[in-house]
Amino acid sequence: MPDTSLSALAAQLAARQVSSRELAQTYLDRIAALNPAINAFITVDAEKTLAEAAAADALIAAGNAGPLTGVPIAHKDIFCTDGWLTTCGSKMLSNFVAPYDAHVIQRFKAAGMPSLGKTNMDEFAMGSSNETSFFGAVKNPWNPAYVPGGSSGGAAACVAARMAPAATGTDTGGSIRQPAALCGITGLKPTYGLVSRFGMIAFASSLDQAGPMAPSAEDCALLLNVMTGFDPNDSTSLERDKEDYTRDLQKPLAGLRVGLPKEFFAEGLNSEVAAAVDAAVNELKKLGATTVEISLANSKLAIPVYYVLAPAEASSNLSRFDGVRYGYRAPEYADLNDMYAKTRAQGFGAEVKRRILIGTYVLSHGYYDAYYLQAQKIRRLIADDFAEAFKACDVILGPTAPGTAFKLGEKSDDPVEMYLNDLYTIPANLAGLPGMSLPCGFDAQGLPIGLQLVGNYFSEAKMLNVAHQYQRATDWHARRPEGLQ
Amino acid sequence: MSLSQDDVKRIAALARIEIDDAQAQATQTQLNTIFDLIAAMQAVDTGGIAPMAHAQEVFQRLRDDAVTETDRHAVFQAIAPAVENGLYLVPKVIE
Repeated sequence: MPDTSLSALAAQLAARQVSSRELAQTYLDRIAALNPAINAFITVDAEKTLAEAAAADALIAAGNAGPLTGVPIAHKDIFCTDGWLTTCGSKMLSNFVAPYDAHVIQRFKAAGMPSLGKTNMDEFAMGSSNETSFFGAVKNPWNPAYVPGGSSGGAAACVAARMAPAATGTDTGGSIRQPAALCGITGLKPTYGLVSRFGMIAFASSLDQAGPMAPSAEDCALLLNVMTGFDPNDSTSLERDKEDYTRDLQKPLAGLRVGLPKEFFAEGLNSEVAAAVDAAVNELKKLGATTVEISLANSKLAIPVYYVLAPAEASSNLSRFDGVRYGYRAPEYADLNDMYAKTRAQGFGAEVKRRILIGTYVLSHGYYDAYYLQAQKIRRLIADDFAEAFKACDVILGPTAPGTAFKLGEKSDDPVEMYLNDLYTIPANLAGLPGMSLPCGFDAQGLPIGLQLVGNYFSEAKMLNVAHQYQRATDWHARRPEGLQ
Repeated sequence: MSLSQDDVKRIAALARIEIDDAQAQATQTQLNTIFDLIAAMQAVDTGGIAPMAHAQEVFQRLRDDAVTETDRHAVFQAIAPAVENGLYLVPKVIE
């Protein structure tokens, strides 16, 4: 069961070889056995999961099943889920039971996919190691002394350990792709605007985008079919015709032009990662692709730009946590201002506070032009680099992260060192382009290596085609950690 | 550019986050390291470049001026720290 693809699980359900309840119970048992060591879930509620599974079984029995009805999925704890604790990894929301469903949750419910629970994450999605969670760090299933990446670390770890067949994640600067790489799974951040942000607790609204995380590209294509679509409740949701993201999976790659940005293969890249990515390029060449060197000259500025724009947006978004309408309130205070200040000092963790302070500063009087406006201008230069590059190639390929998973605690005292993990993933967020990570090998310590694809706007079907053909020719994505059988 | 400890306290006050002297000192060091990283931006000539606020050129949609939401205040207030008679309670602001 644990190694079964989403399409195979759906086929078994349709053929009545297994019920949704049995399937959910299998994964709940696996969560009960493995989660204490991995800490991938913040909330598991077997009763709710089994009730949703029973409803899915009723849909199947009545002949009203969709393509994935009855297949369970885990949701990142950033998505408001009606009646479920929704913490965003923070003490601030440690008592917050959401009174409504995020649009993404509504879509999975409408598809008849039961929730296996809410996955652990860096607090308010701010982190690259899952160590900033109020609910404790997540351990990498490949080696529990190492981080799973972040911020969707619980999602990546639960899929890698096969505690769930798939999971949702969100990606503001790499939070789907980097943990997917570090945990050896496949994850996709769609074009900005394809998936509604309604009910997804906001970090940096012009960058945040939800996407699927699963073992394979084919799984991700099926999940993307469920997740995408116009939502009037999100002012940035795009009105587009519905696409079938599985439509190009089987296409041969002959004639595919793969762009290799020289800046992504320069100083700072771990040699084992570089070798694995080179091997993947050769594999794609065997499948008929050609390569072309491209330049994303301004991508080196992506981290500075991101650490102005994302904190600026975050400082505004997180001003809503004031101890008045929901969430944590400090137990003792002198007056209203003191209540705000104590609530926020006690409710937010160190990294979140750091980013709120950065954002407050760069937006404050006298500094706006030098920081915020300058960052927005360089953001355009970065997006223009991509537009130029896509004149010469169909998809851009490089490493997802500069290295493999690092040890718990290794970088947690050095914010800048931690930020550099997202060197290759942030540019796609700034441009609003789709990006994905897929497994392409292991380092000498047996830790997974991730390959990144960045596509042009709305080219998800093409990227999934490339990834699927690569995964037909290789088996990196099918491996799973030993000792978690 | 380098932030002083007073700068850090002023920013924290703007952000409504209580901070003591020891925290302000530790934060000062970390923020300055981060601003050193950000400083790489300042050397770039961006004359004539239009700022990019958003990935897509989207415009605010208009809809009919009709009621679309139902009254759910009881559900929303059930999770509030302090409520009385349908009102959120905060410490007294006006004497």
